[in-house]
Amino acid sequence: MIPLAFDYARPDTLDDAIALLAEKGEDATVLAGGHSLIPVMKVRLGAPEFVIDIGRLAELDYIRVEGDEVAIGAGTKHRDLVTSEVLGAEVPLVPAVARTVGDPQVRARGTLGGSLAHGDPASDLPAAVLALDGSIVLRGPRGSRTVGIADFYTGVFSSVKEPDELVVEIRLPRKGDAGWAYEKFTRRSNDWAIVAVAVCDGKVGLVNMGSTALRATATEEALTAGKSIAEAAALADEGTEPPADTSGTPAYRRALVKVLTRRALETAAG
Amino acid sequence: MSILGTRVVRTEDPVFLTRGATYTDDLTDERLTGALHLTLVRSPVAHATIASIDTSEALAAPGVVAVVTGADLDIDPALLFPGANKAMTRPFLASERVRFVGEPVAAVLSEELYQGEDAADLVDVDYDPLPVVIDPLASANDETLLFPEAGTNTAAAYNHDEEPDAGFFDGCEVVVTRDLVNQRLAAAPLETRAASAFWEGDRVTLYISNQNAQGGRDEIAGWLGLDKDKVHVILPDVGGGFGAKIGSDPEFGLVAWLSRRQGRPVRWNESRSENMTGMVQGRAQRQTVTIGGTREGKVTHYRLDVVQDAGAYPRLGTFLPMFTRMMAPGTYDIENVDSRARVVVTNTTSIAAYRGAGRPEATAAIERAMDLFAAEIGKDPAEVRKLNVVSPDKFPFTTKGGVEYDSGEYAKAIDLALSESGYAELRAEQKARRERGDVRQMGIGVSSYVEITGGGAFAEDASVEVHADGSVTVLTGTSPHGQGHATAWAMLASEHLGIGLDKITVKHGDTDLIPSGGGTMGSRSLQTGGIAVHQAAGELVDLAKQRAADLLEASVDDLEVDTDNASITVRGVPGSKSVTFADLAAAEQLKVDTTWDGKKPTFPFGAHVCVVEVDTESGKVTVEKIIAVDDAGPILNPLLCEGQRHGGIAQGIAQALLEEVVYDEEGQPLTGTFADYGIPSAAELPSFDLVEMTTPTPINPMGYKGIGEAGTIGSTPATQSAVIDALSHLGIRHIDMPLTPLRVWEAINAASEASS
Repeated sequence: MIPLAFDYARPDTLDDAIALLAEKGEDATVLAGGHSLIPVMKVRLGAPEFVIDIGRLAELDYIRVEGDEVAIGAGTKHRDLVTSEVLGAEVPLVPAVARTVGDPQVRARGTLGGSLAHGDPASDLPAAVLALDGSIVLRGPRGSRTVGIADFYTGVFSSVKEPDELVVEIRLPRKGDAGWAYEKFTRRSNDWAIVAVAVCDGKVGLVNMGSTALRATATEEALTAGKSIAEAAALADEGTEPPADTSGTPAYRRALVKVLTRRALETAAG
Repeated sequence: MSILGTRVVRTEDPVFLTRGATYTDDLTDERLTGALHLTLVRSPVAHATIASIDTSEALAAPGVVAVVTGADLDIDPALLFPGANKAMTRPFLASERVRFVGEPVAAVLSEELYQGEDAADLVDVDYDPLPVVIDPLASANDETLLFPEAGTNTAAAYNHDEEPDAGFFDGCEVVVTRDLVNQRLAAAPLETRAASAFWEGDRVTLYISNQNAQGGRDEIAGWLGLDKDKVHVILPDVGGGFGAKIGSDPEFGLVAWLSRRQGRPVRWNESRSENMTGMVQGRAQRQTVTIGGTREGKVTHYRLDVVQDAGAYPRLGTFLPMFTRMMAPGTYDIENVDSRARVVVTNTTSIAAYRGAGRPEATAAIERAMDLFAAEIGKDPAEVRKLNVVSPDKFPFTTKGGVEYDSGEYAKAIDLALSESGYAELRAEQKARRERGDVRQMGIGVSSYVEITGGGAFAEDASVEVHADGSVTVLTGTSPHGQGHATAWAMLASEHLGIGLDKITVKHGDTDLIPSGGGTMGSRSLQTGGIAVHQAAGELVDLAKQRAADLLEASVDDLEVDTDNASITVRGVPGSKSVTFADLAAAEQLKVDTTWDGKKPTFPFGAHVCVVEVDTESGKVTVEKIIAVDDAGPILNPLLCEGQRHGGIAQGIAQALLEEVVYDEEGQPLTGTFADYGIPSAAELPSFDLVEMTTPTPINPMGYKGIGEAGTIGSTPATQSAVIDALSHLGIRHIDMPLTPLRVWEAINAASEASS
């Protein structure tokens, strides 16, 4: 349980971090909360030569309203998402989802940007941001760009983010009183979801139903077309490719996602 | 007022909670200075012959002092359980064939731990894969042999030679049979395995993380070809064992051997990843139960067939079916009982004891059988149990298997659990939910159990000495790994001597200090080691009175202990002369060595009721309540006792609902991390309702029985039954453990497809 030798740097500013990332290229890996990176390093499934620690950059730690959106610094920890009054008022789905991530230790260190950049399809927050139709601000040596979450992921643990870019901010539309719910199904309270469903304002994000977080588009369209919640929820597995593991077969996940979608939509409807 | 039976707070805890325990890897013994670090290269494949091992690159790596393979060893492979097939020995490092993922094939010794870890990656082992056998039932066919020289995969067999009597169940009005899985579990103690060794001349001192220093000394001496007095074993603080640290691991012998070879101290502490494949695991039985009786509910016949998975190298798992067979009929008075067992090897981690060790398997089998029988005749499972339990007037009761139960009130325990649970109201609530067609259905499971504690070594030594400063040293051959012996044994001594707990030191786990002892396992400590301390302290009082008689000019018979002043005084004479234990010790050593031999085991028992809610759409089970009546006789310290019951119940529910070690067809473990292996947290469990009941054993003067495993034995079948009970209206009679959401959903799905 000892990682291979690696070099480590903790830049003082975001600019320095981006410059260092450009310099080190693909040999470098970015460390934020470390809850995905450290476990793979300690069992030597991952062996980066250079680790750039952005976990203490105050520049990436903020939650604020900007016009019609809420801007969240990528380094904001799950615990701070949970307790944020701004998020509680503007996008209450986010604190509710963040509250279910791991356990208190994980929430004290793990970050929103880290979770989104890592892109584990079993993670909670990518599907929540998907249901919220949020966007991700990337910054690299060529400057900044903003990518809609729906266009962000390209596969398991992969996205349109270039190796020399950092996720620096997450922008979420202010949702006010729109109905929302998060239905997370686990064996144990601190497990990854077997399946989870995030709902906000008629949009449905799915956890662990394919190689990336997914939108249940057939369900959303059925709702728009005026179908009942039960009818719409029965379509929640359309277009998904759920994985098989010791916790669930694809058939089980397909059944589960329909149940959870129905429950989430019913809760969101109030 | 007697200290016995009071809630004395653990004297161990201030250190554990502040400075922390001193585990084997934390030791700062100066004789370990400059120790080499051992890193083991472990097989990544489950079954293969080893074509070659190239250590040259590893040997050239920084800080590496030696890389040792099986070819370098001069110690013979060891038979790790004496009763197993003699050909099924385990090499200390595999050199010809590997038989499970995680088997050590090379040892890297380095100056720094990090260097060893890096160098281990450079050892190049060339494996030629062999067919893999994971399923014990497939192993029993002997198509692929793990030990070709054995000619069989069967490590041991019990009552297996003759064909079962085909007419055994003739005349029964009702016969039900079912195959059951009692799945493989990982002990996963907080402290993983560790050993440190150094030699002084021809004598080795080994620190190991283990439950039995004296047994370890004997085993390790045997492996190394040494006299027992050339091996000194010390157990520092041990961070949990659950049975998996009973026997010594071959790695311990290797550490000692490597230390001698290199002429330097050697330290080893495995990682959690290594622990999840390298440490022995538990349970792993396939069972077939057949139960027969009358339509009125009287069970007259019971048969239990067991195939025990031993893992790759037979260890204590080879013994487990003996306990399972002994306890097969459980609390029931069954006229005809038949059982047999076969132990087979597979390409998996070895099986040994795990909390309950053979008895939970027996209880799970008979309790499932009782439920199946009750369902078949359409009667309440609690009523059928009460109809069949051994009645109190029959004790001591000898079962058809020849086991003598010491004392018990089995029906009373069931009644107590039922009344505490509000059984009638629960059944009414269940009925209402069924009638409403609720998504969340309720299930109620009832278990009745009896187990055997102190079933191995019945005798234990103890020594109690009062020193001139008034302090006391207690030596015991039992050995704590979380139970609280230091508190409990001090209470027993204090009761006799009137000396405060703060002045009593309990020592254990050092073979030079305490050459004989049986360690802590099988819930034996209190009824063996505890009684020995009680006896030693009593004998010390007798000795003190004899010495005080002259000083006090009184007859021994007129003397008594003044427990307020830790002294001997004359009975009934206020203000008379007295002499303290300390003063007597100052004049002449005041010490007693004694042996207690109960000659028999004891049989704690109880009944559990579990209430669950099952989400019939998702398969999720929520444990709402568990009511546990656990009768282990009088309780020395309710706080310690409740701790044992809490932990046991948690582990028992975990077996029913969450935990299972899973391998794929190639023998790769799929549950090698705590993310995959389902150890519960407090969030998955309700508060436990513990109900007291006290039936002393006649086997020892205090009436004490063991409590360490009761929770595990009673709660598993109660929980499993509760889930199945919640779904019984769908026609579901059985689901194998663990009853994960997936398993439960699949059962519901299959039932609804069958009915439509």
